[in-house]
Amino acid sequence: MSVFWILLLPLVGILLPVLFARAGRTPVAWLTALTPALALAVLLQQAPVVFSHTVPVYSAPWVPLLGLELSLHLDGLAFLFCLLILGIGLLVILYARYYLSDRDNMPLFYSYLLFFMVAMLGVVLSSNLLQLWLFWELTSISSFLLISFWWHQTEARKGARMALTVTGFGGLALLAALLLIGHVTGTYELREVLTMGEVLRNSEYYYAILALFLLGAFTKSAQFPFHFWLPHAMAAPTPVSAYLHSATMVKAGVFLLARFYPALAGTEAWFVAVSLTGMATMLVGAYIALFKHDLKGLLAYSTVSHLGLITLLLGLGTDLAAVAAVFHIINHAVFKASLFMAAGIIDHESGTRDMRKLNGLWKYMPWTATLAMVAASSMAGVPLLNGFLSKEMLFSETLDQSTLGALSWWIPLLATAGGAFAVAYSLRFMHDVFFNGEPINLPRTPHEPPRYMRVPVEVLVVLCLLVGIFPQFMVGDLLNTASMAVLQGTVPQYSLAVWHGFNFPLLMSALAIAGGLTLYINRRHLFDFQMLFVEHDAKYVFDNMVKRLIAGVTRLHQWLDDGSLQRSMFLLILLALLVSAGPLFALVNTVGSHPQLPINWVVGFCAMMLIIATFVTLWWSHLRLVALIALSVVGLIVSIAFAYFSAPDLALTQLSVEVVTILLFLLALFFLPQKSPTLDSKLTIIVRDFSVAALFGSVIGTVCYAMLTRSPDTISDFFVENSKPGGGGTNVVNVILVDFRGFDTLGEITVLGIAALGIYKLLAQMLVYMPSADSKGFRWSKERHPFLLAVVSQSLLPLALLVSAYIFLRGHNMPGGGFIAGLITAIALIQQYVAHGVEWMKERMPINYLGLIASGLLIATLSGLGSWAFGRNFLTTWFDYFYLPLVGKFELASAMVFDFGVYLTVIGATLLILANLGKLTTSERLKVGSN
Amino acid sequence: MEFIFAVSVGVMTTAGIYLMLRAQTFPVILGLTLLSYAVNLFLFASGRLTVNGAAIVGHSEQLADPLPQALVLTAIVIGFAMTAFVLILAIRARSDLGNDQVDGRELPPERSALEEALANRVEKLSAVHKARNDKPARNKRKPS
Repeated sequence: MSVFWILLLPLVGILLPVLFARAGRTPVAWLTALTPALALAVLLQQAPVVFSHTVPVYSAPWVPLLGLELSLHLDGLAFLFCLLILGIGLLVILYARYYLSDRDNMPLFYSYLLFFMVAMLGVVLSSNLLQLWLFWELTSISSFLLISFWWHQTEARKGARMALTVTGFGGLALLAALLLIGHVTGTYELREVLTMGEVLRNSEYYYAILALFLLGAFTKSAQFPFHFWLPHAMAAPTPVSAYLHSATMVKAGVFLLARFYPALAGTEAWFVAVSLTGMATMLVGAYIALFKHDLKGLLAYSTVSHLGLITLLLGLGTDLAAVAAVFHIINHAVFKASLFMAAGIIDHESGTRDMRKLNGLWKYMPWTATLAMVAASSMAGVPLLNGFLSKEMLFSETLDQSTLGALSWWIPLLATAGGAFAVAYSLRFMHDVFFNGEPINLPRTPHEPPRYMRVPVEVLVVLCLLVGIFPQFMVGDLLNTASMAVLQGTVPQYSLAVWHGFNFPLLMSALAIAGGLTLYINRRHLFDFQMLFVEHDAKYVFDNMVKRLIAGVTRLHQWLDDGSLQRSMFLLILLALLVSAGPLFALVNTVGSHPQLPINWVVGFCAMMLIIATFVTLWWSHLRLVALIALSVVGLIVSIAFAYFSAPDLALTQLSVEVVTILLFLLALFFLPQKSPTLDSKLTIIVRDFSVAALFGSVIGTVCYAMLTRSPDTISDFFVENSKPGGGGTNVVNVILVDFRGFDTLGEITVLGIAALGIYKLLAQMLVYMPSADSKGFRWSKERHPFLLAVVSQSLLPLALLVSAYIFLRGHNMPGGGFIAGLITAIALIQQYVAHGVEWMKERMPINYLGLIASGLLIATLSGLGSWAFGRNFLTTWFDYFYLPLVGKFELASAMVFDFGVYLTVIGATLLILANLGKLTTSERLKVGSN
Repeated sequence: MEFIFAVSVGVMTTAGIYLMLRAQTFPVILGLTLLSYAVNLFLFASGRLTVNGAAIVGHSEQLADPLPQALVLTAIVIGFAMTAFVLILAIRARSDLGNDQVDGRELPPERSALEEALANRVEKLSAVHKARNDKPARNKRKPS
């Protein structure tokens, strides 16, 4: 539980500074520090437990159905990082109190800072991979907010955007890697994954996992060639640079490398990729740092270089190197945070960070200068300071390398070169700023900062010294447990001592210091040499890439969708064709073994008719009435086909829908142009369209044939067996509709109702253009409602209603049911509309069709809800048999109530559509609010 | 028999797709209707073809598969709703845009006298329509 508190306390703390924003600057700072301080206390209280090699865990169900849970664990590595995050975080809070001016929104800054703190704690504490990723992304977002804190500066906005793009991109790669890891190991629990290193390394996905994983880690930790975002993130306020961009967030990448070290390391690919990237980053960072005139720029590149060093150590592959990496994580966090803070003080008190102007500050701020120089010496690797110890470990590890075979001697050589550059830029930081003549044109006269602004630097510098002189006492246990967590096993023998005697690593240190001195003394020549090269500002390169990407995507989008629906449709169909034709190439035999029905001449004739009618529709589609008549023939034959192939319900439905559809088409034709141009497009387009259509048709036909000649694998036996005993009906199709799949049907009648409502709305306030003559110029007949039709249809109405009632009632046991009965009733009523006109009908049948749809849906829903009253599931049906004299035995089922709802909805929807469209031809135009 | 069935489905799909690629709304809706016939038959075919075997318990020895039938039944009704919606949309598009082009922009290359007259009428009416809609008091419909 205490592990949970470490995360929860700062989470609560996010709100405090904003809520008490008016309390004044110092109280807000105290309030902000409160929760991290408490969390730190909890953490330290756990220290004995962690140091005795037990891992406190906490887990709570989160989305149990998906197997997700909130799970935290506090092993040595997590403990070390928590200590850095909370400890340095507290110092940064204190420092920021004095750094931020009155104009800055300090409470908001503190909230962002705590937000970041929570995210970072989440990363290191998480023991679920997906949860880890979530917090990982939160660190990117909080970093974005903090870099852009001075959002009125262009630099800040651009830097924030770049950092978010690069780390966000890496985060997506990391997600892919974690998902693959989960796929391979079958678990997202970190502790289990770490024990399955063998499985991961032998899996076929290993290289993909490694590449994606390293992409995530390298972008976060600013490794070459993704290092460019970090210097631009320096537009952030200095406390942020000290906290996020040197001590904690950029360490998340190396944290990840260390965390998954047992699972992913140990292969040739890991060593080559990680160590070479680390080496390149270390050298590039150290080299560029020397030439930066901006104080923070120098520190930023030196951070890049040191992160490279840690990566290099993790890539060397020996256990001792991993220990050294952990050690350097601690040391770098301590000295770099203090250096950034010192740089912030210099900036704050002198008004500039330009090292060409900053000279001889020793006279103005001797105390700060001393602190900064101690920290910078540690960065350079001077003995008796903590930086020396871990650098010594690096040198000794590079000596026994064999990764590069015969060329392995490159590694210690390059490491020494990197060390020399580190000494050179550290010297520049010390000599150029604090000595080297007098300051030039400073905006302010520099002086010592407020007392408490210096305290965080003092604390960190004292730590540098203490760790440097008494390493075993200060960090022995911490390093040991953290290394054990990284290696997941025994920690090799190592000795944390200042003096190991005269040996090769010491010689390399001496060489590095001598080389650094030489480099610095000859810096003029180096600067002149560097001037020969055109400097590529990463910002412009990045901006250009983003612009080109946007332009490219825009072009692609415009090519895909130029606003023409016709073209989109063509592309869509082409895509569907490619996708559906693909699998057919793999199908060897088109014809399967399912017994085929013998050919019947009647069926053959009908099929012939169907094909001819289809082609007539196609060929004469410009003569719209002809095409419509041919279409109705197709529909008729389709319903005959349903009837012939044992689907009487479908045949009835298709037949009645056919009638309604054709009527609707006829009405629509009245409002649309009577003819299309004979050739609506260029001949080439027509040929192209027809070819694609024919290919598509042949693919579908082939699939259909292949399917028909293979034996079915169906779940319908269940429905057939349970139809009578479970649903109380013998017509299985109807029982499926109203009982087994009743919920689907409820959804479908809802869609029907929505479509009708949509049409109703489309028809409202529509201006229509009614031709006064047909396409040949003949005027319409004056007799609008032929007498004979009126009489016949009127006498047919009761008969039709009787038929529909019969079809409805028998639906449960024989072909029929709510859908069909509804359509028949609707047709009977439409016939009256056709024969008598809208006005005549409106007088005699003032029914609100909207209300009909609503009541139908309501009845269907209520009949489903009714089963809740009896403690059953939604839409469970009930049925029983009764006996009445004269009538005999009959069945009552609750499904009939549901079917009645379907019936009403179908009538309402059909009539709402047709009657309202028909009404447009009369003076009774539809107005909003009327029916 | 299966072969004839498959050929019919293929032919209807071809005609449906071809018509759906036309530039005027009416042929597109015709194509959509043909395609939904084809789709319904195709789905129905997934239960294989049976003669004299209506899915009624006790009706015959070998019953046709009822599940595809139930699915196709609702598909037919929904298909009707969709056809109706698209038809009304086409009418509405013609009334608002003044042409029956799918893309709503280019006018047909050749127009009959009637269509010419109609287009004139459309322009006149849409001017009236616009004038009426511009009056805020009577403008009940949200401007699109």
